[in-house]
Amino acid sequence: MKKLNRRTKVLLLTAVMALVLIAVYAFGLLIPEEAYASSFLQAKQPPSFAHPFGTDSLGRDLLMRTLKGLSVSMTVGLVASVISAVIAVLVGIAAATGSKYVDAFLNWLIDLVMGVPHTILVILISFAMGRGLKGLLIGIAATHWCSLARLIRGEVLQLRNQQYVAVSRRLGKSSGWILCNHLLPHLVPQFFVGLVLMFPHAILHEASVSFLGYGLPPEQPAIGIILSESMRYLSAGMWWTAVFPGLLLVAIVLLVDRLGDHLRRILDPYSAQE
Amino acid sequence: MKGTAGRLIRTFLFHGIKIVSLLLAVSIIAFVLVSASPIDPVQQYILGLGTAISPEQRAEIEAYWGVNEPPVERYLSWLSELLRGNWGESALYRRPVADIIGERFANSLALMLCAWLLSGVIGFALGCVMGVFRDRWPDSILKKLCYLLSSVPTFWLGLLFLLIFSVWLGWFPIGFSAPIGVAQGSVTLGQRLHHLALPAITLSLMSFANIALHTRQKLIDVLNSEYVLFARARGEGTWTVLRRHGLRNVLLPAVTLQFASFAELFGGSVLAENVFSYPGLGSAVAAAGLNSDVPLLLGVTLFSALFVCVGNMIANLLYGLVDPQIREVGK
Repeated sequence: MKKLNRRTKVLLLTAVMALVLIAVYAFGLLIPEEAYASSFLQAKQPPSFAHPFGTDSLGRDLLMRTLKGLSVSMTVGLVASVISAVIAVLVGIAAATGSKYVDAFLNWLIDLVMGVPHTILVILISFAMGRGLKGLLIGIAATHWCSLARLIRGEVLQLRNQQYVAVSRRLGKSSGWILCNHLLPHLVPQFFVGLVLMFPHAILHEASVSFLGYGLPPEQPAIGIILSESMRYLSAGMWWTAVFPGLLLVAIVLLVDRLGDHLRRILDPYSAQE
Repeated sequence: MKGTAGRLIRTFLFHGIKIVSLLLAVSIIAFVLVSASPIDPVQQYILGLGTAISPEQRAEIEAYWGVNEPPVERYLSWLSELLRGNWGESALYRRPVADIIGERFANSLALMLCAWLLSGVIGFALGCVMGVFRDRWPDSILKKLCYLLSSVPTFWLGLLFLLIFSVWLGWFPIGFSAPIGVAQGSVTLGQRLHHLALPAITLSLMSFANIALHTRQKLIDVLNSEYVLFARARGEGTWTVLRRHGLRNVLLPAVTLQFASFAELFGGSVLAENVFSYPGLGSAVAAAGLNSDVPLLLGVTLFSALFVCVGNMIANLLYGLVDPQIREVGK
């Protein structure tokens, strides 16, 4: 068998990772509510074959609840990071191509959003929206675009000084044409990589804010809620309610992080030298 | 050196104006967000009283609080009171917000300072180790560890530590900043530190990965430079190179980065304090939001913004004034 070259290996690995993530997501979506219904006969059971993650204080199967919660988290993370990435691209392009004042204002805006700890800002937004999924989504989307916007601003500034852009301009192409044909295609990889790398942050924030009691309602299966419930039973020795759901969350976050890194390697031509 | 003094004043002025404008904007945004909340503060206050009251009494409260005034007027009166030092009264604790913030910030500061120093020292040391052993096994193991830790949620790590060190091993107390049932005055420093250790370690583990990876990259850049090649040719060993050339170039960016990370530190402390029931600002803000304690929520938001701004300003000043390379470019 011929040895695969590095690019093929990375591509294959990326595909496998993406498949695993999609499988977890789809599986979580398809779990019916009966799978994690409460049953008092089976409350507080340690992990076993029937319940690999054990059961919680109400006798709900923790594996099913965790998977369901993960799919909810992933939905929130995905939607929030897509919104965030779109905001980042718009702000980045506007800052780089706009007038000096627009640039200064947008930089000030980025400083403003970065100036309040994200957890506090998400709490505040969630409070303003009356707690719940919507507040959580808007809160996370509103706080995660800053670093990507800075990155894109830098990239556009660099692109604008390229010779082919200058030539285009001399040839009489309009700014809009240059934006669509020269700038945006260069930003596509940045956009996707930024999006994928933002995703784990968004999931972590969703879990943290749900853990604090904002965001999703307590009856909803979400990782943050499962973990905050587990805190009450820690001293009673129910270690499995805290360990396994968190472990699964970390695994998903790591997987997405690696996926983003591989995607960057595939899309970024400069990474070949690494 | 007239230029230096002038530049200093200009820098301070610039950052001062920027901080004031940012804080003003934060106060406006926070106020608008809180006003937009569907949760009725008067209703919450009445619920907190625990007794039924007549509609007339309710109208009296509304008039006293000025709930029905236009928002701009409310904002301006709130802001002017704020500037005079009256931060309002917390509905949850029934005490002035300024007192609560002052008291809790002392607790939070102890926690954050410990975590900050710990993560700075550990992160810097590990970064140096990774840089020196580049691409060999210590580097790759530590790098994996850093990536792993940056994917672990703070509160889960805190839960694990609670489980292992408090519940199973019994080395550390389960929560709070002092033993239960002991008067405030008679708590010893040792007891305080004992209660502080676990949250501080949790918080520092969350943030050292960033600084370690940053230091590693900087150190590698330095070690690849020609002056280090020359130093090696003169016969300097790894340790001497690190001491004479590495640390000098790497320490300043690391310290700057550490000052610029106040926002994450504060955000992390909110979670760590909630896991460990530590009575600091973070647990106060979470409780304030859940119980619709608007004055406290606003107060802590503004205070956290001030805290982060000061950190960022120190980072900028360090960057601009101490580093000779940037100083030259800045002219």
